[in-house]
Amino acid sequence: MSPSTWEAVIGIEIHAQLLTRTKMFCGCALSFGDPPNTHTCPVCLAHPGALPVVNREAIRLAIIAGHALGCEISGSSVFSRKNYFYPDLPKAYQISQYDQPICGRGRFRYLTEGGEKTLGITRAHLEEDAAKLIHLGGEGRRANADSSVVDFNRGGTPLLEIVTEPELHHGSDAAAFLKQLRQTLVHLGITDGSMEQGSMRADANISIRPVGSTGLGTKTELKNMNSFTYLERGIAAEVERQIGVVESGDVVTQETLHYEPATGHITSLRSKEEAHDYRYFPEPDLVPVVPDRAWVEELRAELPELPIDRRERWIRDLGLTFEDAEVLSEPAELGDYFEQVAALAPPKSAANWVRGDLRAQLRERGQEPWDSEVSPEAVAQIIELVESRAISMPSAKSVLAEVIETGGQPRAIVAEQGLGSIQDESALVAIVDTLIANNPAQAEQLRDGKDKLVGFFVGQAMKATQGRADPERIGQLIRERVAAG
Amino acid sequence: MIDDDVTRHVARLARLALTEPELARMRHELSVILDYVDQVQELDLIDVVPTTHAIPMQNVFRDDVPTPSISAELALREAPEVLGGGFAVPRMG
Amino acid sequence: MALTDLTAEQAIAAIVSGQTSSCELVEAHLARTERDVWNSFLAVDRAGALARAREIDALPERPPLAGVPIAIKDALSIRDLPTTAGSRILEGFRPVYTATCVARLEQAGAVVIGKTNMDEFAMGSSCENSAYGPTLNPWDLTRVPGGSSGGSATSVAARQVPWSLGSDTGGSIRQPAALCGIVGLKPTYGAISRYGLIAFASSLDQVGPFARTVRDSALLLQAMVGRDPMDATSLEWPVPILLPDAERLDGVRVGVIEELMGDGIDPGVRAACQTALARVEALGGTLVPIKLPHARYGLATYYLIAPAECSANLARFDGIRYGHRAEDTENLLEHYERTRGEGFGPEVKRRIMLGTFALSSGYYDAYYGQAQRVRTLIIRDFATAFAEVDLVASPTSPTVAFPLGERTSDPLAMYLSDVCTIPISLAGLPSISIPCGLSEGLPVGLQLAGPAFSENRLLAAAHALETAIGFVDRPTGSGE
Repeated sequence: MSPSTWEAVIGIEIHAQLLTRTKMFCGCALSFGDPPNTHTCPVCLAHPGALPVVNREAIRLAIIAGHALGCEISGSSVFSRKNYFYPDLPKAYQISQYDQPICGRGRFRYLTEGGEKTLGITRAHLEEDAAKLIHLGGEGRRANADSSVVDFNRGGTPLLEIVTEPELHHGSDAAAFLKQLRQTLVHLGITDGSMEQGSMRADANISIRPVGSTGLGTKTELKNMNSFTYLERGIAAEVERQIGVVESGDVVTQETLHYEPATGHITSLRSKEEAHDYRYFPEPDLVPVVPDRAWVEELRAELPELPIDRRERWIRDLGLTFEDAEVLSEPAELGDYFEQVAALAPPKSAANWVRGDLRAQLRERGQEPWDSEVSPEAVAQIIELVESRAISMPSAKSVLAEVIETGGQPRAIVAEQGLGSIQDESALVAIVDTLIANNPAQAEQLRDGKDKLVGFFVGQAMKATQGRADPERIGQLIRERVAAG
Repeated sequence: MIDDDVTRHVARLARLALTEPELARMRHELSVILDYVDQVQELDLIDVVPTTHAIPMQNVFRDDVPTPSISAELALREAPEVLGGGFAVPRMG
Repeated sequence: MALTDLTAEQAIAAIVSGQTSSCELVEAHLARTERDVWNSFLAVDRAGALARAREIDALPERPPLAGVPIAIKDALSIRDLPTTAGSRILEGFRPVYTATCVARLEQAGAVVIGKTNMDEFAMGSSCENSAYGPTLNPWDLTRVPGGSSGGSATSVAARQVPWSLGSDTGGSIRQPAALCGIVGLKPTYGAISRYGLIAFASSLDQVGPFARTVRDSALLLQAMVGRDPMDATSLEWPVPILLPDAERLDGVRVGVIEELMGDGIDPGVRAACQTALARVEALGGTLVPIKLPHARYGLATYYLIAPAECSANLARFDGIRYGHRAEDTENLLEHYERTRGEGFGPEVKRRIMLGTFALSSGYYDAYYGQAQRVRTLIIRDFATAFAEVDLVASPTSPTVAFPLGERTSDPLAMYLSDVCTIPISLAGLPSISIPCGLSEGLPVGLQLAGPAFSENRLLAAAHALETAIGFVDRPTGSGE
C-alpha cells in the first residue's frame, strides 16, 4: 500500500480574536503585554454575583465576517454555557454559542495557484477567550512546572470561531484557505490576524480514507498551529502518521494532538480516560440575539471589495500573475498604493516597481510605500521615463533613491542631475569606437564569434557614461562597429 | 438507574470529593429525588418550545466603550495565594 | 412606642419631622441586632452604619429613605463587608463591589446595618442549611423561620430592622415571610437587577423586600426597580411603583388556585387563608376558582431547572481567585475536588450533583430539556388564568413554621415546603405573601400573584386585604 491509495479528509477550526475595544462580556479594555491582572473586573474574574452583558461591536463584527464567509446570518442566536474546570476559565464555563450560532452555513472562496477554490463553512460563532496560564519553572511546561499562575487580562476577549466542512484533502489547500481567510478578516478589520501572538489560531481535524471511499475515518484534532507553514507541515505529518497506523494494522484513535514544528513530532495532548461532557445549556444570564434584518443587509451592502475579488480582478483585468497579485494584496494599503500607480502606468510595470525596487529601497529606511514621501505619481513618472527610454534602468534606481530622499519630482531630478539617456547617436558611436580601440583583443574575439563579449563592451559603455546610455542601443552599435572594423 | 458508578462519574464532572459513605448516601438521595422528578416524563411535549426566560427579551447589548478595570491589587486581594502578580494555581501535575 | 416598633414609613416620617434622627434609629436597631438570640445576622457593620447615619443626619435635606436601617441577605455582594452566602467556601470573603440593588438603596438613603443568615447559596426552606448555624423563628425558638432568606425574615419579625432584602428563587422570600408573620414580595423576574446577587438559579433568582407592611415593601421596590446596564435580564420598568392606599377591591377578580387549596395543605393553614379570602368579597372583589393543570409538575420541573443552573453557577468556587482552598493537594483534580468537597455543605452538593446529572450527556433531553418544556406549559396555565382573573391566590406555605430538624434528613419533604410558591417562580410572576392569621399560634401567609409587571395592582390588593385583615399579632419568642 502507498499514500496514493489513501485520501486525507481535513476540516479547519479557526479562532480569531475580534478587534473590539473591550472584552466580550464586560467593559475591561483589551490589552497585550500589560502587567498581569491589570485589566480585570468582577465580571471577567467571575466574582460571585457578577453578570455578563454582550458587547454590541462583537455582534457587528461577527455579522460582517459572516457576510464575507458567505454565511447565512441567523435570525436568532443564543449563547450557551460550556462547562469544564480549568484555572484559565474563571466561571468554570465558557460562554459560547452552541446550537444557535450567529452565522450558519456558508461557502468561502479562496485563491490558489491553480485557480479559485471554495470551502464549505459549517458555522461561525461568538465566544470568550480563556485567560493566560503561565507555568513557572520546568521550562514552562505544565507537566514539569513548579507552579503556575493565572493572568486574567486576556480572559474574556471576544473570539469568533469559524468551523469549516471536512472538504480539504491537502495541507497546501488548507494553508491557502487559511491565508485567504486571514487576509479577508484583517482587511475587514475583524481581527489583527497575528498568528504569532495568538490572535488567530487554527486547529485541523484530520482523518484518512481509501481513495474512492466516501465514508469518514476516525478523526484527530491537531491543535494551535501558529503559521501557514506549520499548518501545512503538521497536516502532512499527521496524515503520514495515520497512514502508518492503519497500514500496520492498527486503528486511529480519536484524540487531540500537538504538532511540534521544531522536531516534526506529534504528541497526544489529553489523556483519553478524561472524556469530556461539556453539559451545554442556554446561558440564562443572556437573552437571544435577534439582529435587525435591515441592519444585517446594511452591513452586507457596506462590505468593501474582498481581497479575493481584488486579486482576481488584477489577474483578469491587469494581467498580473498569481504571485504578483498575492504579494501586492497584503497589506491592503500596499494594494491601494499599487492601484494608484497602475492607474497612471502600465500595470505590470507598476506591479514590478511597487513590489520590487520601491518596497526594497523603502524597507531599508523602515518605511512602506503608503507612508512614504513617494507619491504614486512619482513612481508612474519613473516608469514612464524608463519605458520611453528617456532614462536607463540604473538611472531610474538612482532617481527613485533621490525621490525617496528629497521627495522631488523624477523629471526634475533627471534634468537637474543630467541623468537623461545620451540620445546623440554620434556621441554613442564615438564612445563605442574608443572602447574598441582601447580593447583590441576583446574586439578581435568578438569578431571571431565570441558573442558573449558584447556584454563586456556594454558594461564598459555604461561605466563610461555613468549609466546614461541605453544598453540595448550600445549592444547594437558594438556589433555594427566591430563587424565594420 | 443511579448506581455507584454513575454517582462517582457525576461527582467527578462536578469536581466534588465524596467519601464512600457520602457517596452511598448521595446515590440513595439522588435516586429518591429522581424518582420524584421523573413525573415530568409523563407529558408528551414534542411540540412544546422550551423556556429559558420566563419574561421574553432579546437584543440586550453593551456599547463597546471601556469602563475602568479594578486595580491588580484589588483583583488579587481575595486570592488564597498570589505569586508574581498572578493567581497561584496549586500544582497542576 | 419603641423606635424598633416603627414601620419604615413611620420611621421616615419621624426623621423628617425631627422627632428622631437616623443615628438614634440605627443605634436602637443595632442594639437589638447585636443581641442576636435568633442568629439572624452573619455580620453587623456598626461602625459603617453609624458613620452613614451621621452623614445622612448632616445633609441639608433628608433623602427619600431618610437613613432608616436595613438588613441585607448575605447572598448580596457589598463591597468590603464579609459576604458568605451562608457557605463555608466563602468564609472571610470580602467582595470588591456592591450589588446594584443595594447601591440604589444606599443612594436613596437606606443604612445597611448587616448581613443576614441564609440557607447555603439560598438552597433550602428552613435556614438550617447555613454553614453558620440555623436562624430561629422569633415566634417559637424551637422552630425554623423558613428559608432560604430566613435571617432577613427573622430580622424584620424580631424588630432588629424595619425592613430587609432577601432573594427568592422558588419561594425564598415568600415562604419565610409567611412563617415569620411578615410581608414578603418577589417582584416580576427582571424587575430588580441581579448584579451582585450571588447566583443560585439565574433564570429564577429575584431580589425582593421583607417588611412589616405592604406599603413599606412598595417603598423599597420603588427605590430598586428598573433596568441596570450590568444585568442583561433586568427590565425597563414601564410605570412608577405607587404606594398603595386603596382599602377596597371593587371589581377585582381573584382566582383561587384549586390545586393549592386541597390535599397537602394543613387544615389550619387552609382555614386561615379561606377566612382571609372571604374578605375579598366583603371589599367588593370577586373570588373565582381557577385551575392550573400543570402546577402539580412545578416542583419536579423546578428541581431539574434550578439544580442544573446552580451546577454551573457554583462551578466558579474553585479556590483560585477567592474563597476556601484545600491544603496540600497533589494535583489539579484533587485541588478542585477537595476544595469544593470541603467548602460546600450537603444540600449544595446534592443539588450540584442533581443538576450535573440532569445536564449530562444522554440525560439532557429527558431531564433539563423536558423541564424547560413543562415550564412553558406552566407559563401558559397562568396566561389562561389571567385571561379570567386579575390576581391569583393560595396559601404561601402548606404548613406553619415546622420544628427545627423535622425535615433535614428528608430532602424531598423539605422541597415540598415550596410547593405553593414554585409555579409562580417558574412563570417569573410577581407575588406577595401577607400574614393572614394564626394556626396553632403560628402565623399563616396568604400568597397573591399577578401577571408580569402587575406590581401596582398586586400591592394595591395586598394593602387592601392587609388593612381588612388587621394582623396585629407579634412574635413572642423574642428573648426579652
